Amino acid sequence: MEGKAIRLRGLRKVFGRTEAVSDVDLAVSDGEFFSMLGPSGSGKTTVLRMIAGFETPTSGTVELDGQDVTALAPFERDVHTVFQDYALFPHMTVEQNVAYGLKIRKVPKADRLRRAAEALESVRLEGFAKRRPAQLSGGQRQRVALARALVTRPRVLLLDEPLGALDLKLREQMQIELKELQREVGITFVYVTHDQDEALTMSDRMAVFDNGRIEQTGTPAEIYERPATPFVAGFVGTSNLLTGESAEHVVGKAGTFSVRPEKIRVLKETSDGTGGADGAAAAPEPGHTAATGTVAEVVYLGDATRFLVDLDAGGRLTAVQQNLETSSEDVAAYRGSRVRLQWHERHNFPVTGAT
Amino acid sequence: MKLSRPARITLRVAAVLGFAVIYVPLLLVLVNSLNPDRSSSWPPPGVTFHWWADAWGSAGARHALVTSLKAGAGATGAALVLGTLVAFAVQRFRFFGREALSFAIVLPIALPGIVTGVALNTAFRTVLEPLGVGLGLFTVVVGHATFCVVVVYNNVIARLRRMPGSFEEAAMDLGANTFRAFTDVTFPLVRSALVAGGLLAFALSFDEIIVTTFTAGPDTQTLPIWIFSNMARPQQAPVVSVVAAVLVLLSVVPIYLAQRMSSDTASGSRI
Repeated sequence: MEGKAIRLRGLRKVFGRTEAVSDVDLAVSDGEFFSMLGPSGSGKTTVLRMIAGFETPTSGTVELDGQDVTALAPFERDVHTVFQDYALFPHMTVEQNVAYGLKIRKVPKADRLRRAAEALESVRLEGFAKRRPAQLSGGQRQRVALARALVTRPRVLLLDEPLGALDLKLREQMQIELKELQREVGITFVYVTHDQDEALTMSDRMAVFDNGRIEQTGTPAEIYERPATPFVAGFVGTSNLLTGESAEHVVGKAGTFSVRPEKIRVLKETSDGTGGADGAAAAPEPGHTAATGTVAEVVYLGDATRFLVDLDAGGRLTAVQQNLETSSEDVAAYRGSRVRLQWHERHNFPVTGAT
Repeated sequence: MKLSRPARITLRVAAVLGFAVIYVPLLLVLVNSLNPDRSSSWPPPGVTFHWWADAWGSAGARHALVTSLKAGAGATGAALVLGTLVAFAVQRFRFFGREALSFAIVLPIALPGIVTGVALNTAFRTVLEPLGVGLGLFTVVVGHATFCVVVVYNNVIARLRRMPGSFEEAAMDLGANTFRAFTDVTFPLVRSALVAGGLLAFALSFDEIIVTTFTAGPDTQTLPIWIFSNMARPQQAPVVSVVAAVLVLLSVVPIYLAQRMSSDTASGSRI
């Protein structure tokens, strides 16, 4: 076995006149937590549905475990899905819902109930077996959906924005639980989301989708630190691009460069041209890139402050500083003031495909 | 909302009057069926079950009842099959003329019965009669089915609209083939809508008279037609009252059940 749980080759899907997915090639390793990140309409859910078998690709193939399953129906694939709306059967109890996959596989009843109980235990829903889905909260339903999909131990679990309907607190808690659960069961997870934080925190690897194409595939760190295209730079994290003249002036090279806001230090510029509070020198330190500008807007975020700075060289950069000692009053004083931005050269990432 | 005292009283009187207009005559029918006086004099001189026994013994009434039950069952059966199929087609697939089809299905319930009746009568005579099929029970069933389909269709499509398609997908995802997904998930979820629609369809068919007049042959008499043709005969008046009373009771049951069923599922199938 090659260790590729899923392999997509040249996958395309056309709905009427719109091409929802174009030329997607993707390989997901066994036991990997793989995220597909992208805005709505970027084709990520369609790709997921083609892996599950709900949509037939216009062209291209889907392989599971090295076997071409493109022509197989959903019930012939060893893949289970956690739906965005959970799709729990309302006329069945929680237990019946969870045991349904086993019942279809003709597992004897006693065995079935035992395994359903275990699955419910693994998502901490013991004692809810006899309830109806309508009697559960959103978070509980979500767990039932997980238990139902995991009880038959599929090779691959597909999750379609499973946390989308939950409130923030619960979502953060479920992110951790999902990740733990995945490590425990060792099943390959393919996770569709439009939430970049979710993708960054949970994934082993991820693919960023836009307009039906994969813009970039890599580990969260690779994607965040070295966005390959302007779209990725903008969608994952805050967009901070230096383009055209301003790039040439500031970085000293032609092209488009991405800089992450938290890498930029904000120094108050003083009249004699030297740095402000921390006494930084006028000229950039060796190996650093510097730019001067005016603070257009300051946003106090609680744990950090965001500066929007209009550069003298043209363009605007966002910088984020941890509020080590700053308070909201200090922050307000920055508005309209002259500042000097400085960051290490290694944080300038050339971005291709920019206009 | 707060209402002034006179407004409250006026509204109450109006409501009572409204209900009285509907239900007092119905009650009168029941009373007359127990009135020993053949000409339904008032106040009734006593109570008798003589007419009920008479009606039970009346071959014409019994025959008409059986015909009505057959017509109702036939029309309901046809409506259940066709209405459900169309509802699934309209809800699940996108095809050319989908909206038009949906409209065409619902239209017959709004068409005046007399138009449907005349149209069907002409059609049956020109198409079926040369084939040797005369007007009779079969044509009545077809005539009733035209509007019975509507109530089944409306019930089923309302249920399907509230039901996300992902239920079936979830079943298939867990290993159920198309047939199992339908029997395990889809059917149980639309079952009560089918029962409610079927009961309403039966009730509609059971008391239909206009379309029946045009589609029934001379030998086919449904209960409403029998009542209509016997009403004018003073001899039969008490028996007609009995039959009418039975009809009222018979229509109340399915309507009551249908209403309970759809309100049950309205709260029970919240997802």
